[in-house]
Amino acid sequence: MDIVFVLEQALTQSIGIQAIIYCLAAAGLNIQFGYTGLLNFGQVAFMIVGGYSIAATVLSFGGSFWTALVVGIISSLILSLILGLPTLRLRADYLAIVTIATSEILRLVVRSVALREWFGGVNGLNGKFAAQFYALNPYQSGIGIGPINFSQNDSWVVTIGWILVAIVILITFLLTRSPWGRILKGIREDEEAIRSLGKSVYWYKMQALMLGGVMGTLAGFIFAIASQSVQPDSYVPDVTFFAYTILLLGGAARVFGPVVGSIIFWFLLVFIGQTLDQTISAGYIPFLTSTQVGPIRFIFVGIGLMCLIIFRPQGIFGDRKELALGGR
Amino acid sequence: MDAKTFDIDEVQNIFKNVEQKPGSKKPDPIILAKKVVRKFGGLTAVDVDHLEIQRGSITALIGPNGAGKSTFFNLLTSFDQADGGKWFFNKEDITKISPNKLAQKGLVRTFQLTKALSRLSVLDNARLGAKNQIGESLFAALFKPLWIKRELEVTKQAEDTLAQFNLLEKKSDFAGSLSGGQRKLLEMARALMLKPEMIMLDEPMAGVNPALKQSLLGHIKNIRKKGTTVLFVEHDMDMVHDISDWVIVMAQGKIIAEGPPSLVMKNSDVIDAYLGSHHKTFLTEDGKSLATDETQ
Repeated sequence: MDIVFVLEQALTQSIGIQAIIYCLAAAGLNIQFGYTGLLNFGQVAFMIVGGYSIAATVLSFGGSFWTALVVGIISSLILSLILGLPTLRLRADYLAIVTIATSEILRLVVRSVALREWFGGVNGLNGKFAAQFYALNPYQSGIGIGPINFSQNDSWVVTIGWILVAIVILITFLLTRSPWGRILKGIREDEEAIRSLGKSVYWYKMQALMLGGVMGTLAGFIFAIASQSVQPDSYVPDVTFFAYTILLLGGAARVFGPVVGSIIFWFLLVFIGQTLDQTISAGYIPFLTSTQVGPIRFIFVGIGLMCLIIFRPQGIFGDRKELALGGR
Repeated sequence: MDAKTFDIDEVQNIFKNVEQKPGSKKPDPIILAKKVVRKFGGLTAVDVDHLEIQRGSITALIGPNGAGKSTFFNLLTSFDQADGGKWFFNKEDITKISPNKLAQKGLVRTFQLTKALSRLSVLDNARLGAKNQIGESLFAALFKPLWIKRELEVTKQAEDTLAQFNLLEKKSDFAGSLSGGQRKLLEMARALMLKPEMIMLDEPMAGVNPALKQSLLGHIKNIRKKGTTVLFVEHDMDMVHDISDWVIVMAQGKIIAEGPPSLVMKNSDVIDAYLGSHHKTFLTEDGKSLATDETQ
């Protein structure tokens, strides 16, 4: 078994494209769930909007890559409005139901036969739709930091990705220390109290939903750009739940929670997967085959999460005393 | 807000010429409610024909359990929707207004089940009550220089208010770590941060220990002294006696009596509402007192 290779892989993935995508998605959930208490179980819907906006605008409608980004952000805001208008006046549970349903509806719409002309049906959209993005790549070859190596294209995506993460985290920091952020936290604790103090709770919840949604859309952008393809079936509800896992791992309502959560989550997932793979192919575990590694690593991640919830429910950055005060 | 202060004699003079009957007219009503009806299925929880609340007074709303006091409170502050009626605050129709707009207009309420924001500090709880903070808008929030000046003012105001309620030394604690009584104080302090014209307190004394009760009474008197009208729901008769200028009694959704505290308690309708109209008849088969039976 090649432990060096396993560690290399795990380290690379822990700061790689997947980690960035989930970090952005979780940062959006952090605003919505962590600070405002909105249960958005359909964050992947915003990623669909991001990914398909780019791919369809460029490939199906012949727009430029930059127009596509604008289309993506605007569509994301519209989706927030559609989700929020009917549900934000109701109890938190209703938003959860509506968002998870919406994410599935969107996935089924983009994979439908009727819309294959624009969204490519089951096969999704594949093509060089992010060519204008890669044209700006300043790297002549892939970059490597110690054992971590990225290809030429990936290096550019990872660079831009972490810059986006930094901007998103900075915005989260600036907003949550402000009076605006204080109202969000107040809404999380008791929205009727905030309403009785003369604040328009509905509008603040809408803003949080929109802001978090845009962060999810940024995740969708990176996802689509990195692979230059969008596949409907990679946007299953699991994605949302992994993002929640990452958020809780890092600590909800903590500025750096999503970043650290995402890095650790991907490190562990890849580390466990690669270790299993290596030990199986070396014949140490005779009753397993390497095709079973995929599901089994999630079993281990699941066990790890249970331990986290039992022994450190506040996540890495959280404050246990604070958690104990929470009413829900 | 009117900076005029009220002393107790002056307020009692106001009520001198007010009729002691349900729905009586007041010289200067801040709240006027007409034909307010709220039904829960077949049950009519609130059916108030006419009610006026005098500006600058402390008015108590009392009544037995299930009389509809809290429901009426919720209707007036738009936290519940009425089936009919109209009500006015400062002569302005507030029947369909949203609760947050109403608070901005100067009518603020507290809740029977205290709503302390547990995972926010006591200071942040108080700061949330402040008005005109530009940093509460999304884009201004990003730029600290835009809101820091107002934030310092708000913090000063919050600390002063907390000091009045003996909560200043707890300002950096989570509100969730406060005792039940302290939460009541915090909620009142937070509501006062809005500098309201009128404050409506839903059972401010529930679950508060007797020592703290005295200081709360003092606080409520102070609120009135500064010109804020107070309307409160309460079960504690001592408190009603002690601080209210005028008492309104509700039973089965209707207002059954109004008057100054010393007189309204003696009203036979009120005693009947609290104790049942048969409280003087004996519960024995022949209608005689058990005590008399024993002497025979």
